Amino acid sequence: MSEMWTAKLRNKWQKNLPIEKLLPDDQPAYVVSWIYVFGVLTLAALAVIIFSGIILAFEGPAWYHISDSGLFVNSLHFWSVQMFFVFMVVHLWGKYWMAAWRGDRFRTWATGAIAFVASIATAFTGYLVQTNFDSQWISFEAKDGFNSMGIGAFFNVTNLGQMLLLHVAFLPLILGVLTVIHVLMVRRRGVVPPIDAIPTLSEVGR
Amino acid sequence: MTLSKQAKHDFDAAPWSGKTKRYDIVKEGSVAVAFVAIAAIVLSLLMGSPDEAPLTFKGWAVSNADNFYVTAVQELAGTSGSATYGGPYNKASDGLNVGPLWLQKWAGVTHPVDTVNEFVIAPLSTQVMSTEIASALATWKAAAESQKHTWATAYDDAITKAEGKLSDVAPGAYGPVPALAKGLTDMAKGGALDAALLSQGGFFQTDNTKQILFFGDGSYLDDAGTEANLQGGTWGMMNETGRYPGQAWLWLYSFWYQIPPFNNEESAPIGANADAYIMVLMGLLSLGLILIPVIPGVKSLPMRIPIHRGIWRQYYDANGIKRRKK
Amino acid sequence: MTGWISDFMNHPATYLKTGWLQISVSNLIVIVLMLIIFALAILVPFPKDKEGHK
Repeated sequence: MSEMWTAKLRNKWQKNLPIEKLLPDDQPAYVVSWIYVFGVLTLAALAVIIFSGIILAFEGPAWYHISDSGLFVNSLHFWSVQMFFVFMVVHLWGKYWMAAWRGDRFRTWATGAIAFVASIATAFTGYLVQTNFDSQWISFEAKDGFNSMGIGAFFNVTNLGQMLLLHVAFLPLILGVLTVIHVLMVRRRGVVPPIDAIPTLSEVGR
Repeated sequence: MTLSKQAKHDFDAAPWSGKTKRYDIVKEGSVAVAFVAIAAIVLSLLMGSPDEAPLTFKGWAVSNADNFYVTAVQELAGTSGSATYGGPYNKASDGLNVGPLWLQKWAGVTHPVDTVNEFVIAPLSTQVMSTEIASALATWKAAAESQKHTWATAYDDAITKAEGKLSDVAPGAYGPVPALAKGLTDMAKGGALDAALLSQGGFFQTDNTKQILFFGDGSYLDDAGTEANLQGGTWGMMNETGRYPGQAWLWLYSFWYQIPPFNNEESAPIGANADAYIMVLMGLLSLGLILIPVIPGVKSLPMRIPIHRGIWRQYYDANGIKRRKK
Repeated sequence: MTGWISDFMNHPATYLKTGWLQISVSNLIVIVLMLIIFALAILVPFPKDKEGHK
């Protein structure tokens, strides 16, 4: 009898992502640079974005125009998005100059880069559902680019309903999945060793 | 001791067997969230966020009634930007193309917009009208399609000839078109057009396509965009209203619109189809970002420009690893 | 709440222009800040830590 799918999945998971890798309490001694905090800062910003976004979702897209606390939550959402992109780009710069794709980490790089593009798409739909002048302008301008590629036939930036649903439901889901996969990949392979790291010397200093 | 490329790869891929240090991943995550949350709160308390009120048809008609009137005539004549756009709104134009790819046309008319009826006739018809408008509407509805077209284009041409100055428009056979345009302008001034356009099709509406397209056909939206420095040709894609930071991450997308041939609409084929070419370009560059690890030259730059020496300074010093020569 | 300096923020931005280059002061601040943060992240020493276990 062939092995059960469940057992196969469980064994594969245990082999690649045991709990010790998911929740480690040590890491390589070369992970000593402030550049390493920008990944987690990006995740933290995403957490604040989602938290403030959930409050905005509950109150509806017009709430913040007429409520002071609404405007405050909108501001939290706005500034956490600004920080999200700042931290993510610094993280990207760091990972590039570290050539962090080395050692079978291409997929870590790729999921990160795709998540970057997905973040831009998610932010874009966010700008479209502000229900203010900026949304009017952005939708009017952006339609031309998408229409020129035939994408406008099914992705209608002037349709508030569609953009709102994509921004609140579909795109965060995609981004969430990409982020989780990206982080799991980092946990699986570990932080990339330094360029020019020398194996025999890695025992030194114990 | 220099390793072979394969040996380096195997070493990088293998689990780290060297010295480790304490690491509290949960604490790190918690500190990061607390830091960002506090920073967001401080920034929000300090600066708030941008929220410029949306434009309305009432605002347009009140501040520039002539421009609204002329646009209404263009909608009836089928010469407005929306009426001549092409896919996905109508078949009036083939739209943009990149070489043999006519994606805009091939995608079809999936969001049909009839500027004559949806922008002018239907909204007017929802109103309690003066006898003048009621009579103009009746005349319009009873006329043959070709007659409607003749009236509207004649008036549109006459306005164009007078360079938009309504007082200079020559008298002619324009049928009910002037009355209809005036009726719509008055309706807009009163605020009724905003609601009428939105509610077409039913009680619940969440699709603002008609309003946005109609807005864009005149100068009101465009002027507001210019004033807020949001025009594409002046890096507007990166900007936010007011003094708030915008979208710096769109710098490369915005860049292409500033340079030839993209910034010249007259320049065929690229300038005339700039939106399409730039979309393709950005698609390719995004793919390039994802594929950096396999692009020769780009993937080896980090080895040649040793920013990593700063990042891993402690490790290199502890293990006596000097900068690679060359 | 509207921000304490939101009156200041809700005015047209200042733009620095040279040739076809144009950027708002706000965006320039964000970009310069990013470059500074990146430089500091690489140059500022990270506190040395205790030994880990294998």
